Amino acid sequence: MAIDKFEILTSTCVPLPAENVDTDQIIPARFLKATSREGFGENLFRDWRYDKQNTPVKDFVLNNSKYSGKILVTGKNFGSGSSREHAAWAIFDYGFRVVVSSFFADIFKNNAMNNGLLPVQVSETFLKNIFEEIEKDAATELQVNLEKQEIKLLATGDKETFDINPYKKLCFLNGYDDIDFLLSKKEKIIAFEQQRKD
Amino acid sequence: MKPKTLFDKIWNSHVVDSIPDGPDVLYIDRHYIHEVTSPQAFTGLRKRSIPLFRPKRTLATADHNIPTEHQERPIREELSRIQVETLSKNCKDFGVELYGLGHPYNGIVHVIGAELGFTQPGMTIVCGDSHTSTHGAFGSIAFGIGTSEVEMVFASQCVLQPKPKKMRINIEGKLRRGVTAKDIILYIISQISASGATGYFVEYAGRAIRSLSMEARMTICNMSIEMGARGGLIAPDETTFAYMEGREFAPQEKEWDIALEKWKTLKTDPDAVFDKELNFKAEDIRPMITYGTNPGMGMAIKGTIPHLEDIPKSEQLSFQKALKYMDFEPGMKLEGYPIDYVFLGSCTNGRIEDIRAFASLVKGKKKAESVTTWIVPGSRQVEKQAYAEGLVKILEEAGFAFRQPGCSACLAMNEDKIPAGKYAVSTSNRNFEGRQGPGARTLLASPLTAAAAAITGKITNPADLM
Repeated sequence: MAIDKFEILTSTCVPLPAENVDTDQIIPARFLKATSREGFGENLFRDWRYDKQNTPVKDFVLNNSKYSGKILVTGKNFGSGSSREHAAWAIFDYGFRVVVSSFFADIFKNNAMNNGLLPVQVSETFLKNIFEEIEKDAATELQVNLEKQEIKLLATGDKETFDINPYKKLCFLNGYDDIDFLLSKKEKIIAFEQQRKD
Repeated sequence: MKPKTLFDKIWNSHVVDSIPDGPDVLYIDRHYIHEVTSPQAFTGLRKRSIPLFRPKRTLATADHNIPTEHQERPIREELSRIQVETLSKNCKDFGVELYGLGHPYNGIVHVIGAELGFTQPGMTIVCGDSHTSTHGAFGSIAFGIGTSEVEMVFASQCVLQPKPKKMRINIEGKLRRGVTAKDIILYIISQISASGATGYFVEYAGRAIRSLSMEARMTICNMSIEMGARGGLIAPDETTFAYMEGREFAPQEKEWDIALEKWKTLKTDPDAVFDKELNFKAEDIRPMITYGTNPGMGMAIKGTIPHLEDIPKSEQLSFQKALKYMDFEPGMKLEGYPIDYVFLGSCTNGRIEDIRAFASLVKGKKKAESVTTWIVPGSRQVEKQAYAEGLVKILEEAGFAFRQPGCSACLAMNEDKIPAGKYAVSTSNRNFEGRQGPGARTLLASPLTAAAAAITGKITNPADLM
């Protein structure tokens, strides 16, 4: 049940400059009928990726063979709307391990971190910089160093530090899982319940 | 003692433990579950071979996937049926009370939790659904969680949560005719944007809020998430206590008196400090409608869509993309624009007062022939009451059919899908691309505005018909 350990990831990127990408776009509701966590990647961005005849939409970035990699770079307010964790599962299942944006919706951010998908929040300027570099060269690589909390454009050396809750950082570095942690608190939880009754 | 906000008081009294530099271990009083976001969490318990820690604090319903006609028959769509059956099995295996399809208490999770009195002031409440914020109307901390967090609550009755920042939104003054709770919240979101409250938990206050019924307060808190807020709450008062009294799970007799004394203390201290405070005037709010593809893209029905130059440069692309999807132009007026569908329902506006409002406006009139309408009660109890009050008769005489309860066209997981390219005036909460069906164009509005559109076949200010 534990998540994969995460230390340093170096990868090319998939750019999706759209803003306010809500979780209905990431995975439309009609694909939420599964009872397992696997297989959602197939329908990631379904209605942007395929037209009504199920033909791939040529100019959508996931259909452009020029772009690939484990890092999704997106516009601000990514993951807004519905709390569906399926959105994080779909992005992870597709093969991404990091999402970079200048702003994340709260619930999506939690969901991503609970599934080993690292949300990296950067400044608007740095985000613009990344998009411009990818535009110039689709083979542009980003390096995400979790220990140093640093994200770097390898070609130019431009870098920025990012925030992560120290507890969550520890979980990612070690592959810990929140549920194991909570189960270890069982006695405290029971004591809390009893004290509330008095 | 340092003055505290209501949010602080409730949060602090539920902290079991704090991780240094990390999230709090927050005890959860009520956990609602439904068929879509729970199956993988139950699988998690099975894989770990652990029981559900506190099943009595959990309540289940089937709502997202269910048909809104012929509920007595088996669900036709196979995947939906499997999901609903999986919920039944899981609830049985883990000892959770389920108000499934056909049960007299069945309905949309956020509608039934309140009407049964399972939701109470001062509680912490979660559900794998972002509109859990609805329950904040009772003066509780209620927020949506993901499936991993559903599993956390199953396993330990706690979630790990960083404490959000606090915002207060004050609305003073008196509301104009035809302006409802839905218009208030659409107005607020249009002013601060779909991400304007991200990272915050909001308290709604002021005379205009105090004047609202419980159901209207639920509509406001429900859409807190649409401006990015973790949740929204309103301090309980006499309106709240009157609503609670006598409900199925509300405290009874001596316990009621004890609870009432405690609930009366649930308010923000006079000098408490919020991280952010916003003030609006009730008189500035007009009946609202959205024109774009996020709930922040709203305007007065009599207003015009902004011009491109009024939009900040960085947002112009998104703005143009949204208008293209809606097939609208910048600067356009929407009043009088023909529409195809009207949807009344959802956890935002599927309660009895919403159906009363809709019925009051259409009474004695006729539905426009060009419009298809779906009128969907939020629960079996709402359905029953609508029949008992004669509302269904009024609706039928005006040419409207009354369906059975469920989430329905709000997210179109069942058969109730708006066809591509069609315009739907909808009382639900999201106008995202494809939300009500692939290619569907959603215009969010109040039940009164939905009723006005259903009668005229066009976007209409309800105040003109009242």
